[in-house]
Amino acid sequence: MSTSSLMQELGQSALDAGLPLSVQLDVTYRCNERCVHCYLDHDDHGEMTTAEIKDVLDQIAEAGVFFLTLSGGEVLMRMDFFEIVEHARALLFDVKIKTNAFMIREKEADRIRDLGVRSVQVSIYSHRPEVHDAITKLPGSLRRSIAGIRLLQSRGVKVTIANVLMRQNLSDYAGVKELARELGAEYTIDPTVTPMMDGNRSIVSLGIGGSDLRQVFRNPDLVGNVDSFCAPPPPMDDDVLDETPCSAGHTSCYISPYGELFPCVQFPLPSGNVRTQKFIDIWRNSTQLNDVRSIRARDLPVCSTCSHVGTCTRCPGLAYMEGNMRGPSTQDCEKSFARTGIASANMILKASLRAMPGLVQIAGLQQ
Amino acid sequence: MSVIYIARGTKLAGRKLKGQMVIMTARDSVLSCLNELGTAIWDAADGLTPLEEIVERKVCAEYHVDRTVALKDAEEFVQDLASDGILIVSDQPIATSAHGNKTGLNQSAQSIEARPEERP
Repeated sequence: MSTSSLMQELGQSALDAGLPLSVQLDVTYRCNERCVHCYLDHDDHGEMTTAEIKDVLDQIAEAGVFFLTLSGGEVLMRMDFFEIVEHARALLFDVKIKTNAFMIREKEADRIRDLGVRSVQVSIYSHRPEVHDAITKLPGSLRRSIAGIRLLQSRGVKVTIANVLMRQNLSDYAGVKELARELGAEYTIDPTVTPMMDGNRSIVSLGIGGSDLRQVFRNPDLVGNVDSFCAPPPPMDDDVLDETPCSAGHTSCYISPYGELFPCVQFPLPSGNVRTQKFIDIWRNSTQLNDVRSIRARDLPVCSTCSHVGTCTRCPGLAYMEGNMRGPSTQDCEKSFARTGIASANMILKASLRAMPGLVQIAGLQQ
Repeated sequence: MSVIYIARGTKLAGRKLKGQMVIMTARDSVLSCLNELGTAIWDAADGLTPLEEIVERKVCAEYHVDRTVALKDAEEFVQDLASDGILIVSDQPIATSAHGNKTGLNQSAQSIEARPEERP
């Protein structure tokens, strides 16, 4: 059986058994960069101690978690980071690290290799220092990040370059992709700018939309088969309406540096705190997680009527940050429209409400 | 035939889910799932117990299978896992750390060359 089909089977098996399979643990929100689009504040409000994090790792291993992403902030801002990774690997987690690689020198690269970390993801915004460094607000950051990637690659550590697309770096994705190829790294692109965790949406305007998004979605180098990727949605069937939106809260969750547990890093619905509760108790009994788990596509008042319901990348976390986790995610509506040219039910509804301004308040009350 | 010792590989992740060991190798990101028998052999792979003893204790005793057939199958199985880096196979005891990883204390031990057969 191939890895992808075994992975699918593993995910389904975990879903059926109610097991957590993946956890993202942010070990700190502190960072040496100040990226313009970052959704975090970078102060330390009382991070978990080394002992607390080790205890959490013990608990989630016991609960069955296999895939562990260690992220931040910048993970290497914690002096005990490798002690944490060592503990995680001793528990046989499949560990992925997200870092800006600025602080990775030979010693750090050696440790990452020796600890058997499976992959390292590094955010690169442009192949041009003047663009990348303007986004991170850290002079020399592109040069240092590339040097860190080279050190990892030379040791056989798998590196993925993650390229968040914004208006500021829109013209540079081909250059970043070529840089990834030259470095021997994998390349992923993400056109989503996430609102800040406190609900502030001001940074969302940094993202691309409309014609820019359409252009990206019609680039075969990025999406593969354009005709297939941009095809109109197939007719809706009942099976689609019984599907769960994504793995958030079902087989995966997110833990902040302060022990707060959320369904996903992009879904900041407070569901418990591992500093005061056992992980497994939160996982099994949290009212919020169980509410998230109860939602099927047919329960979504607007999206269940939308022709895109079976193919949309609707993120329940982004919908939550818009005010209703059962509502549409406007950013994903825009993506569906950019792909297919077909307006979503949410877009049609909003347009009709704009045409009837007297009804706006009534519709708002219904949500 | 020489004695065979087995220890768990160092560059892999693993978790026992519903009694079966799921393993991901860091080298090539290949996911494997061991069945109940394979999981029993994995659990016993401490680097110090000869494979023959593991087969007698964990396979023959519990599954009532012929010893000669079981040992032959187990040898092929562990050599196949060794080729993927999931197990370390040696004709000498393998020193391991507290977490089951090879420490390098016995670097004179020669790994038995993996056979090219497909994993059953």
